[in-house]
Amino acid sequence: MSSARVGVITFPGSLDDRDAARAVGLAGAVPVPLWHDDHDLKAVDAVVLPGGFSYGDYLRGGAIARFAPVMTELIPAARAGLPVLGICNGFQILCEAHLLPGALPRNGTLHFVCRDQRMRIENNSTAWTSDYAKDQEVVIPIKHGEGRYVADAATLDALERGGLVVARYLGENPNGAMNDIAGISNEAGNIVGLMPHPEHAVEELIGAPGTDGLGFFTSILKKLVNA
Amino acid sequence: MARVIVDVMLKPEILDPQGQAIARALPRLGFDGVTGVRQGKRFEVELEGPADEAALAEVRKIAETLLANPVIEDFTLHVE
Repeated sequence: MSSARVGVITFPGSLDDRDAARAVGLAGAVPVPLWHDDHDLKAVDAVVLPGGFSYGDYLRGGAIARFAPVMTELIPAARAGLPVLGICNGFQILCEAHLLPGALPRNGTLHFVCRDQRMRIENNSTAWTSDYAKDQEVVIPIKHGEGRYVADAATLDALERGGLVVARYLGENPNGAMNDIAGISNEAGNIVGLMPHPEHAVEELIGAPGTDGLGFFTSILKKLVNA
Repeated sequence: MARVIVDVMLKPEILDPQGQAIARALPRLGFDGVTGVRQGKRFEVELEGPADEAALAEVRKIAETLLANPVIEDFTLHVE
Protein backbone atom coordinates (compact mmCIF):
# COMPACT_ATOMS: atom_id res chain seq x y z
CA MET A 1 0.00 0.00 0.00
CA SER A 2 1.30 3.44 -0.85
CA SER A 3 1.08 6.41 1.43
CA ALA A 4 -1.11 8.42 -0.96
CA ARG A 5 -4.04 9.65 1.13
CA VAL A 6 -7.45 10.12 -0.48
CA GLY A 7 -10.11 11.82 1.62
CA VAL A 8 -13.77 10.83 1.40
CA ILE A 9 -16.20 13.42 2.75
CA THR A 10 -19.24 12.26 4.70
CA PHE A 11 -22.21 14.62 4.73
CA PRO A 12 -25.39 13.88 6.65
CA GLY A 13 -27.24 11.77 4.09
CA SER A 14 -24.16 10.49 2.23
CA LEU A 15 -24.68 6.85 1.29
CA ASP A 16 -21.68 5.74 -0.70
CA ASP A 17 -18.88 7.14 1.43
CA ARG A 18 -17.91 3.71 2.73
CA ASP A 19 -17.96 2.15 -0.73
CA ALA A 20 -15.83 5.02 -2.00
CA ALA A 21 -13.35 4.57 0.86
CA ARG A 22 -13.26 0.84 0.15
CA ALA A 23 -12.55 1.49 -3.53
CA VAL A 24 -9.73 3.85 -2.58
CA GLY A 25 -8.25 1.11 -0.40
CA LEU A 26 -8.64 -1.59 -3.06
CA ALA A 27 -6.77 0.63 -5.49
CA GLY A 28 -3.90 0.76 -3.01
CA ALA A 29 -4.27 4.22 -1.47
CA VAL A 30 -5.14 5.14 2.11
CA PRO A 31 -8.74 6.30 2.54
CA VAL A 32 -9.14 9.16 5.00
CA PRO A 33 -12.61 9.92 6.37
CA LEU A 34 -13.46 13.63 6.25
CA TRP A 35 -16.44 15.14 8.07
CA HIS A 36 -18.77 17.76 6.62
CA ASP A 37 -18.72 19.87 9.78
CA ASP A 38 -14.92 20.14 10.07
CA HIS A 39 -12.88 22.94 8.59
CA ASP A 40 -10.21 20.35 7.96
CA LEU A 41 -9.06 18.40 4.90
CA LYS A 42 -6.49 16.53 7.03
CA ALA A 43 -3.78 17.28 4.47
CA VAL A 44 -5.11 14.64 2.04
CA ASP A 45 -3.71 14.38 -1.48
CA ALA A 46 -7.11 14.06 -3.20
CA VAL A 47 -10.80 14.08 -2.26
CA VAL A 48 -13.85 12.04 -3.25
CA LEU A 49 -17.31 13.56 -2.82
CA PRO A 50 -19.50 10.46 -2.56
CA GLY A 51 -23.02 9.69 -3.68
CA GLY A 52 -26.11 9.93 -1.55
CA PHE A 53 -28.56 12.62 -0.53
CA SER A 54 -26.54 15.19 1.38
CA TYR A 55 -28.66 17.15 3.86
CA GLY A 56 -31.63 15.26 2.40
CA ASP A 57 -31.06 17.10 -0.88
CA TYR A 58 -33.68 19.57 0.29
CA LEU A 59 -34.04 22.47 -2.12
CA ARG A 60 -31.85 20.88 -4.86
CA GLY A 61 -29.31 18.09 -4.94
CA GLY A 62 -26.06 19.42 -3.47
CA ALA A 63 -27.41 22.92 -2.87
CA ILE A 64 -26.94 22.87 0.90
CA ALA A 65 -23.87 20.62 1.00
CA ARG A 66 -22.06 23.22 -1.02
CA PHE A 67 -22.05 25.51 2.03
CA ALA A 68 -20.80 22.85 4.49
CA PRO A 69 -17.77 23.91 6.57
CA VAL A 70 -15.54 21.33 4.87
CA MET A 71 -16.50 22.79 1.49
CA THR A 72 -15.13 26.20 2.45
CA GLU A 73 -11.78 24.41 2.66
CA LEU A 74 -12.29 22.20 -0.38
CA ILE A 75 -13.41 24.85 -2.89
CA PRO A 76 -10.21 26.95 -2.81
CA ALA A 77 -8.06 23.80 -2.61
CA ALA A 78 -9.76 22.36 -5.70
CA ARG A 79 -9.31 25.64 -7.55
CA ALA A 80 -5.63 25.46 -6.62
CA GLY A 81 -5.30 21.99 -8.15
CA LEU A 82 -6.28 19.43 -5.49
CA PRO A 83 -7.72 16.40 -7.34
CA VAL A 84 -11.45 16.04 -6.58
CA LEU A 85 -13.84 13.39 -7.85
CA GLY A 86 -17.56 14.01 -7.34
CA ILE A 87 -19.76 10.96 -7.82
CA CYS A 88 -23.50 11.39 -8.36
CA ASN A 89 -24.51 13.62 -5.42
CA GLY A 90 -20.85 14.65 -5.38
CA PHE A 91 -21.17 15.77 -9.01
CA GLN A 92 -24.27 17.78 -8.06
CA ILE A 93 -22.31 19.40 -5.23
CA LEU A 94 -19.44 20.31 -7.60
CA CYS A 95 -21.93 21.96 -9.98
CA GLU A 96 -23.69 23.81 -7.16
CA ALA A 97 -20.28 24.99 -5.91
CA HIS A 98 -19.48 26.22 -9.45
CA LEU A 99 -16.35 24.07 -9.54
CA LEU A 100 -17.86 22.48 -12.66
CA PRO A 101 -20.27 24.17 -15.10
CA GLY A 102 -23.89 23.18 -15.69
CA ALA A 103 -26.47 21.55 -13.44
CA LEU A 104 -28.16 18.19 -12.82
CA PRO A 105 -31.94 18.58 -12.51
CA ARG A 106 -34.61 15.87 -12.44
CA ASN A 107 -34.29 13.06 -14.99
CA GLY A 108 -36.23 13.73 -18.17
CA THR A 109 -38.31 10.61 -17.62
CA LEU A 110 -39.03 11.56 -13.97
CA HIS A 111 -38.00 7.99 -13.13
CA PHE A 112 -35.23 7.03 -10.76
CA VAL A 113 -32.88 4.90 -12.85
CA CYS A 114 -30.81 2.08 -11.38
CA ARG A 115 -28.96 -0.06 -13.88
CA ASP A 116 -25.62 -1.13 -15.26
CA GLN A 117 -24.86 1.45 -17.90
CA ARG A 118 -22.54 1.30 -20.87
CA MET A 119 -20.43 4.40 -21.39
CA ARG A 120 -17.28 5.59 -23.08
CA ILE A 121 -14.33 7.20 -21.29
CA GLU A 122 -13.57 9.94 -23.80
CA ASN A 123 -10.97 11.86 -21.87
CA ASN A 124 -8.20 9.81 -20.30
CA SER A 125 -5.96 12.76 -19.50
CA THR A 126 -7.64 13.80 -16.25
CA ALA A 127 -6.25 13.01 -12.81
CA TRP A 128 -8.98 10.37 -12.42
CA THR A 129 -9.03 8.63 -15.80
CA SER A 130 -5.43 8.10 -16.92
CA ASP A 131 -5.66 4.32 -16.38
CA TYR A 132 -8.32 4.01 -19.09
CA ALA A 133 -7.61 3.83 -22.78
CA LYS A 134 -8.99 6.75 -24.74
CA ASP A 135 -12.57 5.94 -25.80
CA GLN A 136 -12.55 2.76 -23.73
CA GLU A 137 -16.05 1.36 -23.33
CA VAL A 138 -16.96 0.41 -19.78
CA VAL A 139 -20.02 -0.71 -17.82
CA ILE A 140 -20.60 1.11 -14.53
CA PRO A 141 -23.77 1.28 -12.41
CA ILE A 142 -25.91 4.39 -12.35
CA LYS A 143 -28.58 5.12 -9.72
CA HIS A 144 -30.14 8.54 -9.58
CA GLY A 145 -33.33 10.52 -9.96
CA GLU A 146 -31.63 13.83 -10.70
CA GLY A 147 -28.83 13.31 -13.15
CA ARG A 148 -29.85 14.99 -16.38
CA TYR A 149 -26.82 17.07 -17.24
CA VAL A 150 -27.82 20.47 -18.61
CA ALA A 151 -25.81 23.53 -19.56
CA ASP A 152 -26.29 26.46 -21.90
CA ALA A 153 -25.20 26.13 -25.51
CA ALA A 154 -21.96 28.07 -25.02
CA THR A 155 -20.94 25.88 -22.08
CA LEU A 156 -21.74 22.67 -23.96
CA ASP A 157 -19.76 23.91 -26.90
CA ALA A 158 -16.78 24.73 -24.66
CA LEU A 159 -16.97 21.28 -23.03
CA GLU A 160 -17.06 19.52 -26.38
CA ARG A 161 -14.37 21.61 -28.02
CA GLY A 162 -12.12 21.39 -24.98
CA GLY A 163 -12.47 17.61 -24.75
CA LEU A 164 -13.86 18.03 -21.24
CA VAL A 165 -16.55 15.38 -21.58
CA VAL A 166 -14.99 12.61 -19.52
CA ALA A 167 -17.70 9.97 -19.91
CA ARG A 168 -20.60 9.68 -22.34
CA TYR A 169 -23.54 7.27 -22.15
CA LEU A 170 -23.77 4.64 -24.87
CA GLY A 171 -27.03 3.08 -25.94
CA GLU A 172 -30.20 4.55 -24.52
CA ASN A 173 -29.68 7.85 -22.73
CA PRO A 174 -30.80 7.03 -19.18
CA ASN A 175 -31.83 10.48 -17.98
CA GLY A 176 -32.09 12.90 -20.91
CA ALA A 177 -28.62 14.39 -20.31
CA MET A 178 -27.58 16.85 -22.99
CA ASN A 179 -25.12 15.32 -25.46
CA ASP A 180 -25.42 12.03 -23.49
CA ILE A 181 -23.01 13.48 -20.93
CA ALA A 182 -22.26 11.19 -17.98
CA GLY A 183 -19.26 13.05 -16.61
CA ILE A 184 -17.13 16.14 -17.19
CA SER A 185 -13.93 17.68 -15.93
CA ASN A 186 -12.57 21.19 -15.50
CA GLU A 187 -9.93 22.42 -17.89
CA ALA A 188 -7.07 21.57 -15.54
CA GLY A 189 -8.35 18.00 -15.31
CA ASN A 190 -8.09 17.80 -11.52
CA ILE A 191 -11.85 18.11 -10.89
CA VAL A 192 -14.10 15.41 -12.33
CA GLY A 193 -17.84 14.96 -11.84
CA LEU A 194 -19.58 11.69 -12.72
CA MET A 195 -23.17 10.50 -12.47
CA PRO A 196 -22.11 6.82 -12.67
CA HIS A 197 -20.78 5.08 -9.58
CA PRO A 198 -17.31 3.63 -10.24
CA GLU A 199 -16.98 2.72 -6.53
CA HIS A 200 -19.69 0.10 -7.06
CA ALA A 201 -17.73 -1.67 -9.78
CA VAL A 202 -14.38 -2.45 -8.19
CA GLU A 203 -14.63 -6.10 -7.16
CA GLU A 204 -15.37 -9.22 -9.18
CA LEU A 205 -17.31 -10.75 -6.33
CA ILE A 206 -19.84 -7.98 -5.71
CA GLY A 207 -19.12 -5.36 -8.36
CA ALA A 208 -22.40 -5.53 -10.20
CA PRO A 209 -21.05 -5.66 -13.73
CA GLY A 210 -17.34 -6.15 -13.05
CA THR A 211 -14.40 -3.99 -12.12
CA ASP A 212 -14.64 -1.28 -14.75
CA GLY A 213 -14.85 1.42 -12.08
CA LEU A 214 -11.54 0.64 -10.43
CA GLY A 215 -9.63 2.68 -13.02
CA PHE A 216 -10.81 5.97 -11.48
CA PHE A 217 -9.15 5.03 -8.19
CA THR A 218 -5.99 3.49 -9.63
CA SER A 219 -5.60 6.55 -11.88
CA ILE A 220 -5.50 8.95 -8.96
CA LEU A 221 -3.17 6.69 -7.03
CA LYS A 222 -0.75 6.56 -9.95
CA LYS A 223 -0.88 10.31 -10.28
CA LEU A 224 -0.18 10.86 -6.60
CA VAL A 225 2.61 8.31 -6.44
CA ASN A 226 4.30 9.72 -9.53
CA ALA A 227 3.81 13.32 -8.44
CA MET B 1 -42.36 42.42 10.15
CA ALA B 2 -42.66 41.84 6.45
CA ARG B 3 -42.90 38.89 4.17
CA VAL B 4 -41.02 38.68 0.90
CA ILE B 5 -42.07 36.13 -1.67
CA VAL B 6 -39.42 34.58 -3.86
CA ASP B 7 -40.69 32.67 -6.88
CA VAL B 8 -38.18 30.35 -8.52
CA MET B 9 -38.84 28.95 -11.99
CA LEU B 10 -36.75 26.82 -14.31
CA LYS B 11 -35.49 28.96 -17.18
CA PRO B 12 -37.78 28.75 -20.21
CA GLU B 13 -35.19 26.81 -22.22
CA ILE B 14 -34.77 24.13 -19.53
CA LEU B 15 -36.99 21.08 -19.98
CA ASP B 16 -39.51 20.77 -17.13
CA PRO B 17 -40.64 17.13 -17.10
CA GLN B 18 -42.67 17.66 -13.91
CA GLY B 19 -44.70 20.42 -15.51
CA GLN B 20 -45.16 18.27 -18.60
CA ALA B 21 -46.43 15.36 -16.51
CA ILE B 22 -48.98 17.66 -14.86
CA ALA B 23 -50.07 19.04 -18.22
CA ARG B 24 -50.56 15.53 -19.57
CA ALA B 25 -52.73 14.60 -16.58
CA LEU B 26 -55.15 17.50 -17.08
CA PRO B 27 -57.11 16.19 -20.08
CA ARG B 28 -57.61 12.90 -18.25
CA LEU B 29 -59.26 14.87 -15.46
CA GLY B 30 -61.51 16.66 -17.90
CA PHE B 31 -59.63 19.96 -18.02
CA ASP B 32 -59.23 20.98 -21.63
CA GLY B 33 -57.68 24.02 -23.23
CA VAL B 34 -54.42 24.00 -21.25
CA THR B 35 -51.46 24.25 -23.60
CA GLY B 36 -48.69 23.96 -21.03
CA VAL B 37 -47.74 23.82 -17.34
CA ARG B 38 -44.43 24.69 -15.75
CA GLN B 39 -43.72 23.92 -12.14
CA GLY B 40 -41.68 26.15 -9.82
CA LYS B 41 -41.02 26.87 -6.17
CA ARG B 42 -42.35 29.62 -3.93
CA PHE B 43 -40.46 30.72 -0.82
CA GLU B 44 -42.02 32.92 1.87
CA VAL B 45 -39.21 34.76 3.60
CA GLU B 46 -40.20 36.38 6.91
CA LEU B 47 -38.20 39.47 7.86
CA GLU B 48 -37.57 40.88 11.31
CA GLY B 49 -37.92 44.46 10.10
CA PRO B 50 -39.53 46.25 7.19
CA ALA B 51 -39.02 45.20 3.58
CA ASP B 52 -36.96 48.26 2.72
CA GLU B 53 -34.45 48.44 -0.05
CA ALA B 54 -31.61 47.08 2.06
CA ALA B 55 -33.69 44.12 3.19
CA LEU B 56 -34.80 43.37 -0.36
CA ALA B 57 -31.22 43.49 -1.54
CA GLU B 58 -30.42 40.94 1.15
CA VAL B 59 -33.28 38.66 0.09
CA ARG B 60 -32.15 38.98 -3.50
CA LYS B 61 -28.73 37.78 -2.38
CA ILE B 62 -30.33 34.84 -0.54
CA ALA B 63 -32.27 33.98 -3.67
CA GLU B 64 -29.30 34.02 -6.00
CA THR B 65 -26.98 32.28 -3.54
CA LEU B 66 -29.20 29.50 -2.26
CA LEU B 67 -32.88 29.51 -3.23
CA ALA B 68 -32.26 29.47 -6.98
CA ASN B 69 -29.51 27.92 -9.05
CA PRO B 70 -28.89 30.67 -11.60
CA VAL B 71 -27.50 28.12 -14.03
CA ILE B 72 -30.96 26.67 -14.60
CA GLU B 73 -33.42 28.87 -12.71
CA ASP B 74 -34.75 32.45 -12.69
CA PHE B 75 -36.34 34.10 -9.68
CA THR B 76 -38.58 37.07 -8.92
CA LEU B 77 -39.24 38.88 -5.62
CA HIS B 78 -42.27 40.67 -4.34
CA VAL B 79 -43.39 41.96 -0.97
CA GLU B 80 -46.61 40.60 0.42
